[in-house]
Amino acid sequence: MTFTFEAAVARRKFDVSFSLSQGETLAVLGPNGAGKSTLLNLISGSLSPDSGHAELDGDVLFSAGSGRKRVWQPPHTRGISLLAQQALLFPHLTVLDNVAFGPTSSGVKKRTAHDAARKWLAEVDAAQFERRKPAQLSGGQAQRIAVARALAAEPKLLLLDEPMAALDIDVAPALRRTLRRVLENCTAIIVTHDILDAYTLADRVIVIDNGRIVEDGPTRRVFEQPRDPFTANLAGLNVLSGIRTPLGLRTADGVELAIGAGAAGAVGSECSAAIRPSDVRVSTSPPPDGANALPATITDLEPRGDLVRVRALNFAADLPPALVADLDVSIGTAVWFTFDPGSAIIYSANR
Amino acid sequence: MTFAPLKSKPTRKSLRSLATLVIAAAVVTGAAACSSSSTTTASTGTPSASATTAPAGTVVVFAAASLKATFTALGTAFQAANPGTTVTFSFAGSSDLVTQITGGAPADIFASADTNNMGKLVSANLVSGTPVNFATNVLEIATPPGNPANVKTFADLGNASIKTVICAPAVPCGAATATIEQSTGVTIPAVSQESSVTDVLGKVSSGEADAGLVYVTDVKSAGNTVTGVPFAESSSAVNTYPIAALSDAKNAALAQAFIGYVTGPDGQATLAAAGFGKP
Amino acid sequence: MKTSQNYWGVPKWVLAIALVGALFVVLPLLAMVVRVNWGQFIPLITSQSSIDALLLSLRTSTIATLLCIILGVPMALVLARTTFPGQRILRSLVLLPLVLPPVVGGIALLYTFGRQGLLKAPMNFLGIQIAFSTTAVILAQTFVALPFLVLSLEGALRTVGTRYEAIGATLGAGPTTVLRRITLPLVLPALVSGAVLSFARALGEFGATLTFAGSLQGVTRTLPLEIYLQRETDPDAAVALSLVLVAVAIIVVGLANRVGSNSRLGPNVLS
Repeated sequence: MTFTFEAAVARRKFDVSFSLSQGETLAVLGPNGAGKSTLLNLISGSLSPDSGHAELDGDVLFSAGSGRKRVWQPPHTRGISLLAQQALLFPHLTVLDNVAFGPTSSGVKKRTAHDAARKWLAEVDAAQFERRKPAQLSGGQAQRIAVARALAAEPKLLLLDEPMAALDIDVAPALRRTLRRVLENCTAIIVTHDILDAYTLADRVIVIDNGRIVEDGPTRRVFEQPRDPFTANLAGLNVLSGIRTPLGLRTADGVELAIGAGAAGAVGSECSAAIRPSDVRVSTSPPPDGANALPATITDLEPRGDLVRVRALNFAADLPPALVADLDVSIGTAVWFTFDPGSAIIYSANR
Repeated sequence: MTFAPLKSKPTRKSLRSLATLVIAAAVVTGAAACSSSSTTTASTGTPSASATTAPAGTVVVFAAASLKATFTALGTAFQAANPGTTVTFSFAGSSDLVTQITGGAPADIFASADTNNMGKLVSANLVSGTPVNFATNVLEIATPPGNPANVKTFADLGNASIKTVICAPAVPCGAATATIEQSTGVTIPAVSQESSVTDVLGKVSSGEADAGLVYVTDVKSAGNTVTGVPFAESSSAVNTYPIAALSDAKNAALAQAFIGYVTGPDGQATLAAAGFGKP
Repeated sequence: MKTSQNYWGVPKWVLAIALVGALFVVLPLLAMVVRVNWGQFIPLITSQSSIDALLLSLRTSTIATLLCIILGVPMALVLARTTFPGQRILRSLVLLPLVLPPVVGGIALLYTFGRQGLLKAPMNFLGIQIAFSTTAVILAQTFVALPFLVLSLEGALRTVGTRYEAIGATLGAGPTTVLRRITLPLVLPALVSGAVLSFARALGEFGATLTFAGSLQGVTRTLPLEIYLQRETDPDAAVALSLVLVAVAIIVVGLANRVGSNSRLGPNVLS
């Protein structure tokens, strides 16, 4: 274990603990105000917790609370670099001096620091910018250089705070590729809103809501079998929760559903099922056989690429526009969602 | 702070009136933060049975700062004796007042602390008639209360260990100081040469300086904040105070009446009580 | 219109009032220039007492400005970057000399550093005598000029914010390194303009000096005091010296504007 973290901040209703192994990249997701910034601030050292304990490679970052000897390291001694949403390159320094800032701050000679800076600039394909001032760079270029600057400080842990969020949509992919390459050997925590960041960069995902961890697991599993509505929404999946039955599951509203695939839990235990919206059909009258039909009222119709997402409170279907027109539905229309047993996956809620 | 009149360009009326406006403001608010200037309008006295024939109206008197207490009292008494008259004062350093008067400030009478400044107005043809000398003043040593440095004579001020503050030679009290230094052969190693008596008194009463050279009347009016040490050599520099009506005076008769009061027995008695000598 | 121009959108009456305001400031300067006795100008400003006063003013104002920087930068940092009880009151007190009549400042200094002042005992013990010395002039100038530096720097520190500093810390830079390599370079334009304002204020300082330091040629009689004194006997000299003071002020402010615009941060600073 290279990084262990537990901390509580009563004022922000924050109580989170997790650990991270060497070289692992963790994605942190969650709604706005869930506590992601608090988490970053606690790790980077701009906030101290009411109680808790964090260690990085055996070095105590902070320790507080009853029965603990109080320890608190300031940000600059933690060995943790932060890559923020904005590049925040120091405007008065050249690109090269920006990247060399970390090494020179740790007492390395200027020439050595510049050599290291050049190496990292090459690593992010920005060697040609070394003489420029930040004002002469585009947003994407600046962010690549910010990556080089963060890495040049040789952090034991790299924090990334929505590094792609402020970029134009057409330059984000290039930075994502760069990050994917450089994060290969890094222990890193990336806070993001974007499921794609999590898929491409992270080995593992945690989802925070109301200051608590509500999901924790390998990226693919968390998104394919979400427990939390927020995660399901992010993953673009419908999630139904209920009690395991021999055929499938029974929802809290008493609807019996047949589900064909997935790990079987014990009958009577709590379980969830995930269904892709594109596998869901919509009808304006109850299906004749009555099987796998969820009654609902349409709350929203939104275009999604070449499909239209038909939304109800906790369920959605993606249909071709022509079909939506034929159905003649609008907001407020009562409909039935149906799906094939084979298109849903069932899994135990207590995994 | 005051502006010179733009005499050379009479056509630019707006400039002129702006300058006048600023001068007027300066007169009302005091020309400089540090000169002991103020405007006092003595309240109209109660009607008196022994009212003489002085013309009614208002007279504006520009008087040297050292005359403030005396003239304010004289003004009140004059008004009481002559119902229907109002005497308005503006007190400032004599040279400030000369600048203001040549700049067109509305004054009827000028009372100067020295003949030199009055001379400037005379040569500028701004004085009506001949100035009359109405008082004299001599220097005295002022020390902090109790005279901690034990200054006894003028010669003591030549001692460098006694911190003495004097007026700069450019101002009347400094000129008088220089005259006495010359006649006695004592050179004062002054730690500061201030531009006004007020500043000298300030340094002495606060205890920063061991001694200062100011006028007898200043020591008297400073009360117990300073202790005076008279010295005989002061007679070698007697300062004479002239008073005159100005040629632009709006109320020449009233101006002459007030000058007559100042030079008359009542005025002289009040001046003597304040420490001024007879001319 | 001959050339293409952006529409200003400023009402005509605003332009008119602005013009009146500009005239109000410029006309008195012009009036002074008109009054200068140009035939005697050079002899008037090169008299020994004038040169002594000018050199003394430049010397004391420079030292006062340095003192303002040494004291003011930490004050601005504490006011901008920390929170503690009574901070608002402290800020008001620190900025008080801005609105205080200088002569009041002089009296306050007198009762602090004077022979009979608050610090009488320690100063006597150390054998320090400040009254009537050049040191007194510098103290008076620093006292009135310090708020200008603190005010402009504190504002700039708040505008720049702490994000660059936070990034610097996560890159391993300690607080002193962050201050030296990030914070101060970022607020350099404000530091320069604050220092220039302080210098200009120190150069024009009159009331506190007159009250606290006295007036002796070459020791405490700065240019404003010399002008005040010359006015008594030689108005021509006073006007000529006033013009010199105005010229020095214009040169200093002009230089500062150049420095300020050269080191102004680029448009992408906060992106």
